[in-house]
Amino acid sequence: MNTGRPLIQARGLVKRFGDFTAVDGIDVEVSAGEAFGFLGPNGAGKSSTMRMVGCTSPPSGGKLRILGMDPVRDGPAIRARLGVCPQLDNLDPELTVRENLTTYARYFGIPRRVARARATELLDFVQLSDRADSKVEPLSGGMKRRLTIARALVNEPDIVLLDEPTTGLDPQARHLVWERLFRLKQQGVTLVLTTHYMDEAEQLCDRLVVMDGGRIVAEGSPRALIERHATREVVELRFAAESQEAFAGKLDALGERVEVLPDRILVYVPDGDATVAEVAALGLHPTNVLVRRSSLEDVFLHLTGRTLVD
Amino acid sequence: MTQLTRPALPRVPALRVLEYHLVGYRRTWRAGAFSSFLLPTLTVLGFGLGVGAYIDGGVGGVSYLQWIVGGLLASTALQVAIAESTWPVFGNLQWQKIYFGQRSSPLRVGDIVAGHLAFVLFRVLTAVIAFLLVTGVLGALRSPWAVLTVPVAALLALAVAAPTFAYAASVDSDSWLAMLFRFAVIPMTLFAGVFFPVESLPLGLRWLAYVTPLWHAVDLCRAAVLGVAPAWSVAGHLCYLAAWAAGGWLLARRVFARRLVV
Repeated sequence: MNTGRPLIQARGLVKRFGDFTAVDGIDVEVSAGEAFGFLGPNGAGKSSTMRMVGCTSPPSGGKLRILGMDPVRDGPAIRARLGVCPQLDNLDPELTVRENLTTYARYFGIPRRVARARATELLDFVQLSDRADSKVEPLSGGMKRRLTIARALVNEPDIVLLDEPTTGLDPQARHLVWERLFRLKQQGVTLVLTTHYMDEAEQLCDRLVVMDGGRIVAEGSPRALIERHATREVVELRFAAESQEAFAGKLDALGERVEVLPDRILVYVPDGDATVAEVAALGLHPTNVLVRRSSLEDVFLHLTGRTLVD
Repeated sequence: MTQLTRPALPRVPALRVLEYHLVGYRRTWRAGAFSSFLLPTLTVLGFGLGVGAYIDGGVGGVSYLQWIVGGLLASTALQVAIAESTWPVFGNLQWQKIYFGQRSSPLRVGDIVAGHLAFVLFRVLTAVIAFLLVTGVLGALRSPWAVLTVPVAALLALAVAAPTFAYAASVDSDSWLAMLFRFAVIPMTLFAGVFFPVESLPLGLRWLAYVTPLWHAVDLCRAAVLGVAPAWSVAGHLCYLAAWAAGGWLLARRVFARRLVV
């Protein structure tokens, strides 16, 4: 499979809905075996991009090649080699867990006998074997998600597209999904996922792009993004006063960047402990001090801002 | 994992969609089959024998039961076709989003529509065949030509199901579906010659009956059941119904594409 050619290749990819530009000229390349993430706040254009890659939404402009084919002309042939886990589950609640897989397998031309064997294996993989013959309706959110992931794997896809795979799941369910996706990654399956959870991106993605307002604002491995867009450590200081603002001026010289939030001040520095000492030397006495490593979340908030987008 | 040699895509993908709908039907068919037999039995008893007892001399020389049975068959086909094309289509699009799941597979929009329409056709055919069996056993069918009602009912089913697919896929709230029954299905059933001859209507209202696909199927089915020639030309009826089916198909495919390819 790995011929060195990217599985997904987008150049100046655009998606417009009337006057609204959801995706505004992005360049993306995903190679075989990679786990690639689209990160961004709501409305950044992640899902629109995923639908174009999934060949269910024709691009409004630019060039897009999936598995070397044209998604508009070769839609069915490309989709035959994709696995899609949509943002909202669209399982049939009236069918059994197993039937959801076998009926779906048939759309790909998979013979009945093979479909049944494949369903058994996949249910084992997503740990739903004991629910194989129960209806989907009463399953928990996490179980439905795992079933949707199993369904996306029924045709042994070259690329698996996961649109916010763990949104709305409780922590236990999220970790189980991550663990399964990590297993897939180890098996060499190419994963493309969108998320707005930083821990998800850090855990799963080899490489990611941060999208905002339909554009790509940063690209790289999680580690490289942190190195490029944030300092090594962050010192979080909380002062007892009404407003943190009064202290901000005094801290400016301490870090590469100082961010004042309503309840605390973040100082971005290479060495947190040294900074804490400097703060004390200045005669400041915060009620609360926390030194931590920079995370992708700091990068994300730095690049896409703290303003709430709904 | 089982190694899949990449399978060839299905030759007729719509059949795989039909297969999916049949798997779902396997869970509910018993209730459906029961009503398929019960409904014609009750209508024949109620309308044919009950109402018929008040109609001296029957209609046009045959008993009211024999006269009405062809029309009831056509209206049964209509009811099943529309019931299967309203909430199920709306739900697959708006509630369970089944169509979107199918859309992510190699299926094309046309396959998704055709496969679901084929299932509606299957439901209508089983209902009509049950209807023929019950009425035949009760002695309400005068002629062996009655078997021709099966293809007529199939054509009627497509003529009403295809445009209903387009309608159900284009509305945003399911209350519009109830409106379809109130303002199209019920008036059609009452005035398209099922229960009394269209000629009993004032001249100005008759054309309303002639416009409905139902009347054309009623005329053909009644003629077949009675073993007489229909009031209109057979070819004219069939062409009219086929035009509804073809127009509805084009419309449905367009609305589905607008919904599923965004």
